[in-house]
Amino acid sequence: MTIKDTFEETYAALSANMTRSGLTVLGIVIGIASVIALVSIGQGATASIQSSIQSIGSNLLLITPGAQRSATGFGVSAGRGTAQTLTTADSDAILSQVANIGGVAKEVSGRYQVVGAGTNTNTTVDGVSASYATIRNISVADGSFITDEQSLSLAKVAVLGPTAVSDLIATGTEPVGQIIRINGQQFTVVGVTVAKGGSGFSSPDSMIYIPVGTMSLYLAGNSFLTTIDVQAASADVTTQVQNDVTSLLLARHNISNPASADFSVLNQADILASASSITGTLTILLGAIAGISLLVGGIGIMNMMLTTVTERTREIGLRKAIGARKSDISRQFLIEAITLTVIGGVIGIVLGTGISLAVNLTGIVTTSISLQPILLAFGVSAAIGIVFGWYPASRAASLNPIEALRYE
Amino acid sequence: MALEEVAVAVLLFASNRMIEVQDITKSYGSGDNVFQALKGISFTINDGEFVAIMGPSGSGKSTTMHILGCLDTPTTGAYLLDNKDVAQLSDEELADIRKDKIGFVFQSFNLLPRTTVLRNVMLPLIYAGVDEVEREKRAREALFAAGMVESHFFHMSNQLSGGQIQRVAIARALVNNPSLILADEPTGNLDSRTGEIVLGTFQRLNKEQGRTIVLITHEPEVAEHAERIIHIKDGKILSDKKHQQKIVPTNIHYEQTS
Repeated sequence: MTIKDTFEETYAALSANMTRSGLTVLGIVIGIASVIALVSIGQGATASIQSSIQSIGSNLLLITPGAQRSATGFGVSAGRGTAQTLTTADSDAILSQVANIGGVAKEVSGRYQVVGAGTNTNTTVDGVSASYATIRNISVADGSFITDEQSLSLAKVAVLGPTAVSDLIATGTEPVGQIIRINGQQFTVVGVTVAKGGSGFSSPDSMIYIPVGTMSLYLAGNSFLTTIDVQAASADVTTQVQNDVTSLLLARHNISNPASADFSVLNQADILASASSITGTLTILLGAIAGISLLVGGIGIMNMMLTTVTERTREIGLRKAIGARKSDISRQFLIEAITLTVIGGVIGIVLGTGISLAVNLTGIVTTSISLQPILLAFGVSAAIGIVFGWYPASRAASLNPIEALRYE
Repeated sequence: MALEEVAVAVLLFASNRMIEVQDITKSYGSGDNVFQALKGISFTINDGEFVAIMGPSGSGKSTTMHILGCLDTPTTGAYLLDNKDVAQLSDEELADIRKDKIGFVFQSFNLLPRTTVLRNVMLPLIYAGVDEVEREKRAREALFAAGMVESHFFHMSNQLSGGQIQRVAIARALVNNPSLILADEPTGNLDSRTGEIVLGTFQRLNKEQGRTIVLITHEPEVAEHAERIIHIKDGKILSDKKHQQKIVPTNIHYEQTS
């Protein structure tokens, strides 16, 4: 029996029962397509969460003041961040004394009522130094960002986020050059930032940036900083920078016990790690669902193959009676099983990829398709299909032809 | 040398002895549940004979046919096909004998479902490795010989009547030019008129082409169409005698059943 004849025989046998062949293929298609779609959604979600964390800036350490604590009596403690312990001098000391620093930005923030041309809003006003833009990945769409000269000269200038622009500036008006009033004081708009999208509860798009010196003097009324943003030179040195910054500030604040530090250092890698553990759980969840659908699909394939072979035991007996050798039968069923799994596999991959792309189009999550789940899903389905298509057929082929013919 | 032995030797030489069954037994099951289907039967069939093996159900006639067709092997005793002991042959060699020497017609489940008539008939040739052109030519010849008309060649096997199915099965049994055709209750599922047509086909193949035909049946009327009837009951031969063959009139041979 030639290979060509075997393929013809396979085609004849499969097309002789289209419904049965179709259902077997369907089982494989569902198994593979669901794994590919679910895993790609999981990986896409992971990637989008990570990129939104990265958009805050990279290799970032955020230093915030600790809790205010009364020195005497019961040691009543206020909330973290309320203390006024970080100073411009601290910030300058970090920049000059800690190794492997990419940049340091000073930040004083507060919420104020801001009035525009006939409108007003309440938003976060951030007094920042010039390096803030590079450290926090902020680009300017129009005009320019705050400069250190403006901070020194206490210039009343402001850079608006795109949301703040739409809240405060009349549509169609060029924002740069407009006057807004923050807490009753006039500021000239000098720039508009590029939209970054939300990252948690406060969106950088609705913020207003002004020079840090101006902020301290006219709005905050003191010289303490609310945040020092430190960027490490690379991801490898963030831990070293964090340790050095901590010991430097402890020394500067005359604190010997690190447990009673009056500031806290938040490492972006920590945020990323906890987010990764969330997305990892998400991926495991989706993977488990995909695995179950693969298992169910596999059982479906197994059932269909076993039923098919049982149903065809008499046919196997007949084929043997008219001169088929055991190897002819085994080969035919093996090729049938391979054909079904390959057809199902290809349709499944196309369908799974299609679902994944369709999810992409909805814009809810950007999916990412990778080779691994495709290979895994295809491999498992193919293995199940081939083993359960070939093994019982091969067993039936080694039966005495008369037993096979009599099989009910 | 006794006279009888000389006669046997002469007979052996003169006629072409195809099948020789020597004291065959066949048991199924094991331990206390042993069922002995054949309890020692012996006969010979020569080339070109038309023999009916007749007996009630459970008599062992089907077991006999399966052994003759190399589908099953005897528990004890010897079966010589063309002077070769079948018990000595491997599975592969048995498959080759079935492919080259024997054609089967079963009572039911004869054809592959939803497959064309022509493809069904070509199947043994596919396993025999005959090339495509030759395959189709021989399948057509066999179908004509079995009394099928060309308009049915591309019908699906499930679109045929019972008589047509049996004739396609006969064509398939003929297609590899077997010297022996084994038919197990070939008329069992057919009405008497269609049965006559099928039996007529066998008679014609026997007379015109010299095929050896062994017909298994439980009906005496069917067995009467053979030249010789071997009567089996309870795994033993009751009688084995020549018989006045009942000839099917030739005019119904090619008539098509609906």
